[in-house]
Amino acid sequence: MSDDADAVDTEAVRHVADLARVDLEADEIEAFTGQFADILEYFETLDEVPEVEREADLTNVMRPDEERDSLDREVALQNAPETEDGFFKGPNVS
Amino acid sequence: MADTIFITDERIDGDTDADGPLAGCTVAIKDNISTEGVRTTCGSAMLEDYVPPYDATVVSRLKDAGATIVGKTNMDEFGMGTTTETSAFGPTDNPAAPGHVPGGSSGGSAAAVAAGEAELALGSDTGGSIRCPAAFCGVVGIKPTYGLVSRYGLVAYGNSLEQIGPFGETVEDAAALLDVIAGPDDRDATTRAVELDGESYADAATGDVDGLTIGVPTELVEGADEGVVDTFWDAIAELEAQGAEYHEVSLPSVEHAVEAYYVIAMSEASSNLARFDGVRYGPETDADGNWNEAFSAVRKEGFGDEVKRRILLGTYALSAGYHDKYYKKAQDARAWVKQDFDEALSEADVLASPTMPVTPFEQGESVDDPLQMYLADANTVPVNLADLPAISVPAGESDADGLPVGLQLVGPSFGEERLIRAASALE
Repeated sequence: MSDDADAVDTEAVRHVADLARVDLEADEIEAFTGQFADILEYFETLDEVPEVEREADLTNVMRPDEERDSLDREVALQNAPETEDGFFKGPNVS
Repeated sequence: MADTIFITDERIDGDTDADGPLAGCTVAIKDNISTEGVRTTCGSAMLEDYVPPYDATVVSRLKDAGATIVGKTNMDEFGMGTTTETSAFGPTDNPAAPGHVPGGSSGGSAAAVAAGEAELALGSDTGGSIRCPAAFCGVVGIKPTYGLVSRYGLVAYGNSLEQIGPFGETVEDAAALLDVIAGPDDRDATTRAVELDGESYADAATGDVDGLTIGVPTELVEGADEGVVDTFWDAIAELEAQGAEYHEVSLPSVEHAVEAYYVIAMSEASSNLARFDGVRYGPETDADGNWNEAFSAVRKEGFGDEVKRRILLGTYALSAGYHDKYYKKAQDARAWVKQDFDEALSEADVLASPTMPVTPFEQGESVDDPLQMYLADANTVPVNLADLPAISVPAGESDADGLPVGLQLVGPSFGEERLIRAASALE
């Protein structure tokens, strides 16, 4: 099973950072690569866990779909770095 | 400053007309619990200027009960840590052991009670974040059963694992705060109404342990430091002297609890923290480019190392090809841990262990070794995986270094009264 742990190289860290939308500096990539190898090797021990019957005893919690007050638009926007005409303003999507 | 207990030192007066159960009481609130009009940072630069437009349910209940909120306490960033050193606002000193960490992630809340800055405090516990700082600071902390306390307004990190819970100087104080915050909330569909045996949780603090059976999971004692183990057995002997009896039990599944916990918590974190996109809240940046580029840039600036580490590892554990290997196996381990606890609790009223296998670390001792940090959570994380209630109560000081040691008691689902009764016997 060690090939998975070996697969953690700087390229893998860069790829997952890209998926997670977190920019990293070169030295962060370097540090994370070593740490991830250790941590993922430790996670490998989950292989020893037997398959377990999971019979969660769950019940849906329902409530009537009734109108109720929500935040005013102004209040909902108060923490946004940028707004325009009562909307959040984000960067271009592409 | 190593003495930062509060991130925001602002007073919020409760309903002073009310003849509430907490009238005249001061309460400190962990800074991941939303307070209307008072900034709530989660210990992160990402939310340095974030001011919630609404109160968490627990905060509304505190105000209705007449409590005075004295400030928002320091914490590991987004609750991710065991020392309160990952806060973007600097570390907090341990009032019970100066020069040492107060534990985490609710370190500021435990320190506030230990230092007398507040009579009571609220924290949140995803994998031990109430019990660890309670043990390290020599105060009482309760992690309620999943579903006892509303999470509405708690900034989510690992939402299938976490609960808000109380700190107090005594078991009865902490229980009285639990009385105020517990109970169903239509804004959190995971909450449940619970029938109490007595009048209130506080009333359960009778110290009566006559006939109580205590199971001691050997796996949770063996790995602890010698000084911690000695103090733990002294506390068990004290309970025995008051009429309790103990037997050893084995929970083989807990050997895999730390890795299962971290896979689940990191996976949930990677999803929960996707909301921090810098658009609806977050720091202003000059990042140019499209959505993905701007999103990645604001998260680079706003998040600290431990948060980045957990988001990335969680993303990895959920990514194609690894989901079955990590996330699915972790869920198997979680179900196994639940079964083990259920079985052990069918033959014992409560389970006891040291809360933490170690005494408080020195400031700065282990901030650079994430895996070593994770392993320190060995005794607390199984309880979150099993959704059970637990309490940490001071057990005394370690003979080895004179630092505080906590005793953890774990009970059956919604068995908080039993834990409160047993823990109060040690006071």
